[in-house]
Amino acid sequence: MKHLTEYRDPELVEQYIQELHRTATRPWTIMEVCGGQTHGLVKNGILNLLPEFVTMVHGPGCPVCVTPVNLIDKAVYLAEEKNPDRRPVILCSFGDMIRVPGSTKSLLDAKAGGADVRILYSPLEAVRLARENPDREVVFFAVGFETTAPANALSVVQAQKLGLKNFSILASHVLVPPAMEAVIQDDDTSIQGFLAAGHVCAIMGIDAYGPLVERYKMPMVVTGFEPVDLLQGILMVVRQLERGEYRLENQYARVVRPEGNPEARRIIEQVFETVDREWRGIGTIPGSGWAVRPELAAFDADRKFSVSIAKAPECPDCIAGLVLKGIKKPNECSQFGRACSPERPLGAPMVSSEGACAAYYHFANVETQAFASPLRQQ
Amino acid sequence: MPKLDFDIITLGHGSGGILTNKLLEAGVFDLLSNPLLDTHHDGALLNLTGRVAFTTDSYVISPVFFPGGNIGELAVNGTVNDLAMCGAIPKYLSLGFILEEGLTMAEFWDILVSIKGASERAGVQIVTGDTKVVERGKGDKIFINTSGIGELHPRADISIKNVRAGDKVIVSGNIATHGMAIMSVREGLEFETTLTSDTAPLNHAVLALLDEFGNDIHLLRDPTRGGVATVLNEIARDRNVGATRLGIDLKQAAIPVLDEVAGACELLGLDPLYVANEGVFLAIVAPEAADAFVRKLRTLDYGHSAAIIGEVVTEHPGQVVLTSRIGGRRVVNMLVGEQLPRIC
Repeated sequence: MKHLTEYRDPELVEQYIQELHRTATRPWTIMEVCGGQTHGLVKNGILNLLPEFVTMVHGPGCPVCVTPVNLIDKAVYLAEEKNPDRRPVILCSFGDMIRVPGSTKSLLDAKAGGADVRILYSPLEAVRLARENPDREVVFFAVGFETTAPANALSVVQAQKLGLKNFSILASHVLVPPAMEAVIQDDDTSIQGFLAAGHVCAIMGIDAYGPLVERYKMPMVVTGFEPVDLLQGILMVVRQLERGEYRLENQYARVVRPEGNPEARRIIEQVFETVDREWRGIGTIPGSGWAVRPELAAFDADRKFSVSIAKAPECPDCIAGLVLKGIKKPNECSQFGRACSPERPLGAPMVSSEGACAAYYHFANVETQAFASPLRQQ
Repeated sequence: MPKLDFDIITLGHGSGGILTNKLLEAGVFDLLSNPLLDTHHDGALLNLTGRVAFTTDSYVISPVFFPGGNIGELAVNGTVNDLAMCGAIPKYLSLGFILEEGLTMAEFWDILVSIKGASERAGVQIVTGDTKVVERGKGDKIFINTSGIGELHPRADISIKNVRAGDKVIVSGNIATHGMAIMSVREGLEFETTLTSDTAPLNHAVLALLDEFGNDIHLLRDPTRGGVATVLNEIARDRNVGATRLGIDLKQAAIPVLDEVAGACELLGLDPLYVANEGVFLAIVAPEAADAFVRKLRTLDYGHSAAIIGEVVTEHPGQVVLTSRIGGRRVVNMLVGEQLPRIC
């Protein structure tokens, strides 16, 4: 981890902050798309260091936050159902997914009630579990953006190679560029520029963003996650805005090649196809997701177990959709820190550490709900 | 290990009958022998003077054996450290086992040997105990409860009420090591590392500090579950009342974390401030004594990485605010639930 220290260098950070203060002469609103970037901005206290003119709004790039309630209900159902005709399920998931509330409960609740729910770091671990437990069905809850898709796809390829009959994924992959477009098209949006998600681009390349830049005349900068990355990305956007320019730039060139990672894209292509996808709090966005290809239906938990669960309504007090589109800040929600907290979340952005609401809750002054201002004065 | 005619624990070993006696006579009593335990009575009669500290804790760690220790050592050190945090000299422990049917005698023996070693290192005697066995599937190999009694150090005056604005927050060593060592061997999360738990008795170091600094030491806490952030939040919350309401300022750059621990936390998406510690304590010390306190602590066992990491302040009462390495400031809140690994 030593190699990261240069991107956390306080002196370099100070230089960028000063340059930003010199450069920004008018108010600008910039969205960072990825939850990892939101987390980085808040965790390092960067929002308090930015000039008054620069407002960051937080985007929909938290996979946990946008996973539809219905899918969580399905996962809970699969984990809990006692079906004598079927091997009992081991439901595997990434960590922060298990606390997200479905319509009645979360996977964590199901686990407490006796369901076999396990937290894994890699879908390939789930393949191993399936091999070691031939008398169980292993279902991996495969959510995430383009970043987690290659490993999830690889798990299907591996399971197929091994001839496993007891492994499947409950997939709900979401794609960043269509979501950015949906956010831009919203009538209430105030966004003038974007930090595009560096790690997504590391997989997919940057081709998809050029047309968005042209169509909406909006600067976009592919940006990393460390303090220096984030500040450099913000500065690059602000410079364009101040000059009235709109271009696609790549701040994160040390990781992102223009063509992305062709090998990863190939394996994604092999396993997934593009579909319309429902985003929690936002609604259905055309062509914004990946689902398992029909010819691999044996590894698709949705088809394999044909679970059908009635759609439950979202909590009416939760404004997650407005937060995810950057129209409202978490602390502008009347429920923030009151009825809604990480212990009792009304919506998913309060659950995941990448979710904007949870980031504000964990790192901000909850009692006064004042986020940046009281600390800025010190 | 003594020669026995059984190699796994069965329900009978908790019956109180012949098997229980065999188990205890075969080694437990001999191993942990001291005049008070040797009476084999229903309880121990203790000679104590002055004010007495009394504490209890239960240990349910999984896995039971982990890099750098096992549940037995942890159960002794944890309770010894709780007594030390009261400013007490740990003297006597009770030891209660809940064993799961099927635990091997070899594992149980290893744990007992660790308990013996740990109690010798800490200088405490195990004077009373209990053993129960539960059916397979109703426990997790072994649960241990220890209670401890200690005599208050004559110069100790440890109390949240003594904490004042300007006091320094001191940590005795690298944080988050224990939690990450455990994490590295949890099923599904295994990663290659040479990290070992920092479980250790802190009483000798604490008592040496009390000898020298007495009531300049305002508060001692060991940041086990919930880590440093949680304990400091508890302190700030408890002092968010009355005439002078207090908060805590932290400097991220001053907080000692091993590179390997920082790297593992980074990979798993965890914040070291919330990760559990076993061989680390936090001290809130009068500002005029703080530098000498750290110098002394660095010469003592388990204290060589000690550092001043923050200060008690009157600004932002009830809150812990961290100045990040790059100079940004943010609130450090209480941990909610378990720290869960991030998705990407």
